[in-house]
Amino acid sequence: MPINVLMPALSPTMEKGNLAKWLKKEGDPVKSGDVLAEIETDKATMEVEAIDEGVLAKILVPEGTADVPVNDLIAVIAEEGEDPASIATPKAGGAKDGGPKTAPAEPKNTPDQNAGPDGSHASYARVDQAPDGAKPDEGKTNGAGRATEAGGAGGRTFASPLARRIAKQEGIDIAAVTGSGPHGRVIQRDVQAAIEGGAAEARAAPAKAATPEAAATKPEPTSVPAAGGVATGMTTDQVKALFEPGSYEEITLDGMRKTIAKRLVESKQTVPHFYLSIDVELDALLALRTQVNEGAAKDKDGKPAFKLSVNDFVIKGLALALQRVPNANAVWAGDRILKFKNSDVGVAVAIEGGLFTPVIRRAEQKTLSTISAEMKDLAGRARTRKLKPEEYQGGSTAVSNLGMFGIKSFSAVINPPHGTILAVGGGEARVVAKDGAPAVVQAMTVTLSVDHRVVDGALGAELLAAFKGLIENPMGMLV
Amino acid sequence: MSDTYDVLIIGAGPGGYVSAIRAAQLGLKTAVVDREHLGGICLNWGCIPTKALLRSAEIYHYMQHAADYGLKADNVGFDTSAIVKRSRGVSGRLNGGVGMLLKKNKVDVIWGEAAIESAAEGNEPGRVTVKETKRAEAPKGAKGAGSYSAKHIVVATGARPRVLPGIEPDKSLIWTYYEAMVPETMPKSLLVMGSGAIGIEFASFYRTMGAEVTVIELLPQILPVEDPEIAAIARKRFEKQGIRILTGAKVTKVEKGSGSVTATVEDDKGAVRQLTAEKLISAVGVVGNIENLGLEKLGVTIERGIVVTDGLGRTNVPGLYAIGDVAGPPMLAHKAEHEGVICIETIKGLHAHPMDKAKIPGCTYCQPQIASVGLSEAKAKEQGIPVKVGRFPFAGNGKAIALGEPDGLVKTLFHAKTGQLLGAHMVGAEVTELIQGYVVAMNLETTEEELIHTVFPHPTLSEMMHESVLDAYGRVIHT
Repeated sequence: MPINVLMPALSPTMEKGNLAKWLKKEGDPVKSGDVLAEIETDKATMEVEAIDEGVLAKILVPEGTADVPVNDLIAVIAEEGEDPASIATPKAGGAKDGGPKTAPAEPKNTPDQNAGPDGSHASYARVDQAPDGAKPDEGKTNGAGRATEAGGAGGRTFASPLARRIAKQEGIDIAAVTGSGPHGRVIQRDVQAAIEGGAAEARAAPAKAATPEAAATKPEPTSVPAAGGVATGMTTDQVKALFEPGSYEEITLDGMRKTIAKRLVESKQTVPHFYLSIDVELDALLALRTQVNEGAAKDKDGKPAFKLSVNDFVIKGLALALQRVPNANAVWAGDRILKFKNSDVGVAVAIEGGLFTPVIRRAEQKTLSTISAEMKDLAGRARTRKLKPEEYQGGSTAVSNLGMFGIKSFSAVINPPHGTILAVGGGEARVVAKDGAPAVVQAMTVTLSVDHRVVDGALGAELLAAFKGLIENPMGMLV
Repeated sequence: MSDTYDVLIIGAGPGGYVSAIRAAQLGLKTAVVDREHLGGICLNWGCIPTKALLRSAEIYHYMQHAADYGLKADNVGFDTSAIVKRSRGVSGRLNGGVGMLLKKNKVDVIWGEAAIESAAEGNEPGRVTVKETKRAEAPKGAKGAGSYSAKHIVVATGARPRVLPGIEPDKSLIWTYYEAMVPETMPKSLLVMGSGAIGIEFASFYRTMGAEVTVIELLPQILPVEDPEIAAIARKRFEKQGIRILTGAKVTKVEKGSGSVTATVEDDKGAVRQLTAEKLISAVGVVGNIENLGLEKLGVTIERGIVVTDGLGRTNVPGLYAIGDVAGPPMLAHKAEHEGVICIETIKGLHAHPMDKAKIPGCTYCQPQIASVGLSEAKAKEQGIPVKVGRFPFAGNGKAIALGEPDGLVKTLFHAKTGQLLGAHMVGAEVTELIQGYVVAMNLETTEEELIHTVFPHPTLSEMMHESVLDAYGRVIHT
């Protein structure tokens, strides 16, 4: 019996992903543990492993396909003794990538074993097909007569029938609505809230394309107003109308760009930011850094065991400052505040096409060399987009350092749900008044962006003062 | 001075004892105070003992009509004291059961009259004084009078019969449900003031046992909360059984004679008549028990005899909660239980949602039975909601005919646009056990489509629930 390979969910919240690459070809033998394909989500790239043996009979979703809904059929494996050529070609699950709404629905009798509420495991579900070869591609609208709406084919978006129907009638993309029912199920009130503007971004453009003339021009992704979840603003067509056609190149958005757009708009629209700047002297820290780095043990090639950067001190300093001002180690959570024991500090890492913010957990407990080593590993894997979601989720604050680009100071956008973010400018020689006389010191300016719902002005100032004290007296960070 | 409780609940009715058990399940140190009986009115003087009486009446009715089923039963009669004894026995057994459940869950029972001295403030817990009571003997193991402290205090004191001036119950001629529950002899004639669930159930019971019964209702419709069409069918059946029904009729005066009572009744056209009967049952509603608890002193907001809460049981005074009848209509045991659970989960900090009162079913256990949930057709039209209405008569159902119960109706109401099940209204045999199917459907937010595709077992009365839905969409089979 052929085995269906479904689009896996790499994280509990994942709704769709891009099929980046097939690592097996049709006809290749497959055994348990083999990597079949690479899936790219909003930020990470993950591997899909086989859990059964056989021969990869059909690839149904070609590599490079974007936005494949979770649980869509992406390939079929022929079991041992089966002739791969004899396997009927099921239709790929992704029959709604802008296609007409009347696309045949997935056969309703396909059991959906991967659809557990926490379907977070990255292996595909085994789906036993009906005996005597009932062909999935003949899933013509059956007695039920239902066209499955967005996210429905794979059943990944849990929604009540009523919520689905109202969403369809009102042109709401149900996959974009946050569910408040049991286990995050989308229910009537969630869709109603979305209609009433609570989630204007959820309004799906394709539904609007149901008019004949719009349907005639194949709906392109670019007709989506405000991709990336911008709640208001100009539509694609409005922006394009302002420029000479041909004067620009259109870049389609990858998952990372969409996520950045969505998260930061959300941040600026929902988080009441304020900003605190302070100058920090670096002479003591730079001296200590030189001393510590020179003292690092060297291996047989003469390579030191570690080389601390200023940023490693900043991470550690912020982590310890949060321990000294524990009320600032907190995030806003809708109707309450979550206050943390440990200092989990995110660190913005610029990569080609975007950025990641991997998190150093319990940074207050880690030595500078451990933090340095972890950062190297995380940053390296960030650049190849191989971070796991749990490596860049969480934390109560983050560090964004643009000092190496010569930036003097800047204000960063809080990365929700963090309570703060520290923007670090470059260290430079400055003339300051010391004991009534001008003196030259190494200094940098840092700016803390603060979510006022969680941290008030005085508390933020207290945090920055603690940070300044640690950086200027860095020996305290060694013990 | 005893230890501080996490939760102290005043009132061990269905709302109170269920809350207590839920609190204990969540690991909260819990106590429940009552002055009279575990299980409250519901279990001791309401829902449960009336069902026992009505069961006796039902079997008596069958015995009288044995010939309809090809059976012979001669000299059919009854023993009033044995009927009452059975009813009291049922209450006694369940009352003991509540005690066992509380004990099993390690909930402390405190016996006496409770008054709240203070609500919790800061780290200071709230205080409740319990005074000795002579109303009833304390159950084994209960704590006695004294001062108790608790972080959260829940008022669940229930309700009592409403008393109209000039028609004060006297336990001999003018009854409330207390006296009507334990008749020494069956009255030959009876006036029932009020045609809500309580009035109609007693009217039905005493009529079946042979009394001449007159029901007097102020409003133009009996069972005023029910769908008019359903109420009209019920009325016809009651009248056929020999119950005299006066609607739009007001009792202006009640005079007590020796062994009889005479009511002066004015109808809506101003016509006045006098009705004399052996007893009069006053069933004109219930009022919440909000007195002598110290609520006014603590500044708890009370509007028209109802403690105002936020839907999660919280009053305007932090640390003080109210659930069940004292927190407003519908004054039903199952509403109180559910409200209690929501309140406790809120106290525990779980993510509770307020109850949707539109989805609380109501049942009346007369012959024929009446059950309903959600909007009536009239209410929907009043609110301007476009509806599709389905109807299916008992006469079209095989099981109903086989049971000898060919009278009744199942009515369903759908939103014409979204297919939302807005309400269901039923009259006929066993409908109180059927309604829950629709309640589940409403809570899962099914549309007509899921109901139409649901397989109902044959032969059952539940098939009528299916047919009624089919009828709303022009697809009914058996009419």
